[in-house]
Amino acid sequence: MELERLLFEQLHIDNVPPTYHVHAALFRDVTNAKFLHEQLLARNSGFEYAFVDATAIFSRTQLLSAIFRALTGLINGRLATPNVHSEIVLSLSPNNNIADAYRRFGITPGLTQDIIVVKTWGHLSENVAGKPVRLTDDEISKTTDWTKVCKYYKLNDLPVVDAEKDPVARRVMLERLAIMSMALRGV
Amino acid sequence: MAASETTQFAPPQVLTYDPAAAPPLLISQGAEGRLYKTTHVQRDRPCVLKYRPPKPYRHPILDARLTKARITSEAKVLERCYRAGVRVPAVYALDLVSGWMMIEWIEGMTVRQGINDWLGERPEIPPSPEDLPDDAPLIDAMKRIGAAVGDLHRTGVVHGDLTTSNMMLRPQKNSQSSGQPEVGDGPKALEGDVVLIDFGLATQSVSDEDRAVDLYVLERAFASTHPRAERLFVNVLEAYRGAFKKASSVLTKLEDVRMRGRKRSMLG
Repeated sequence: MELERLLFEQLHIDNVPPTYHVHAALFRDVTNAKFLHEQLLARNSGFEYAFVDATAIFSRTQLLSAIFRALTGLINGRLATPNVHSEIVLSLSPNNNIADAYRRFGITPGLTQDIIVVKTWGHLSENVAGKPVRLTDDEISKTTDWTKVCKYYKLNDLPVVDAEKDPVARRVMLERLAIMSMALRGV
Repeated sequence: MAASETTQFAPPQVLTYDPAAAPPLLISQGAEGRLYKTTHVQRDRPCVLKYRPPKPYRHPILDARLTKARITSEAKVLERCYRAGVRVPAVYALDLVSGWMMIEWIEGMTVRQGINDWLGERPEIPPSPEDLPDDAPLIDAMKRIGAAVGDLHRTGVVHGDLTTSNMMLRPQKNSQSSGQPEVGDGPKALEGDVVLIDFGLATQSVSDEDRAVDLYVLERAFASTHPRAERLFVNVLEAYRGAFKKASSVLTKLEDVRMRGRKRSMLG
């Protein structure tokens, strides 16, 4: 039961219609990223998920912000990608280049080992060969690759960040800057 | 709560989805838009939703385009400021189609309220010259206002509607120690970081003229909102002068602007 609960965490996202159910899970030591990637490329409808590279994620709020943006696009009928799941991956990106977004925030065969899987309407499959763990900020931060995150969201060489010595305040600032870049993509 | 019940407008659709959410609270209503307090993705992330409703008197295509352009411009200015370290609300989310933007909720009160509360506790005419009120906290607040406007201008942004209602006094958190709220007295009057808000009329500009007009608008607004503190306004300008290199030429220009008023052209 415990495993199942971890697998099927339903995310609550504020200001989203209650009929939009979103489930997510974090998997470690995933061994079949190549297989999952192939299913995405083949547009296998049984594998319609957002597979997110966990190393590019640093907090639940970051992930939820991307899901919120994708759902907003879905509600407005304005998706830039084939479906809401690919839209979630795009929504993590600060720029409009879709291939770039998939490469940075999606899974890379042979490289990605930690994957956050997001699914709207429906359950998570057991096709991800990996160890499910709780999708908490603590677990997320264990595999965050800050070099990547700072590069993707252009957070390097910002005097305001460097001037903030308190690590908690600094993290809040980085999170806000990243979420702001996501929100402003394409405007 | 009363505010939402007396609302004569329906809230934007995005605030009607969540049956479990608190009823949307209308906090302010201007000519262009309405502000609601709500939350961004999680209950512990309070935010302001700035909604620009469709204008029935405008052609729908033009209306959609104007709304989109205004939200875009405001969001870009906020991002630019935030990245440069100017204290402004962070942008959380936007929906150009529906006409709303979610931005960070700033704790605290407006500078206007802070100054009025502070002045309210002091007699207008002291009984004797020895009892002159201690202006130090007010002077200090004025300097923080001047520095905040200076930071903004240095970044290449002019606000367009500087008033003491468009500035917040955000209590400082003592995150150094434990992150626990301070025990005992609440934040003292006029303390806190000055955070500029409402960038609906902001533009990107580095011209002395635009910057001077920004200061002039603030000066006039200040004189009419806080006439008793008008004589202390020089402190705003003094702190502004120290905020960036080109500030002194802006202050020179301000003297011209004072002579002729806000509009340069004789038209309109």
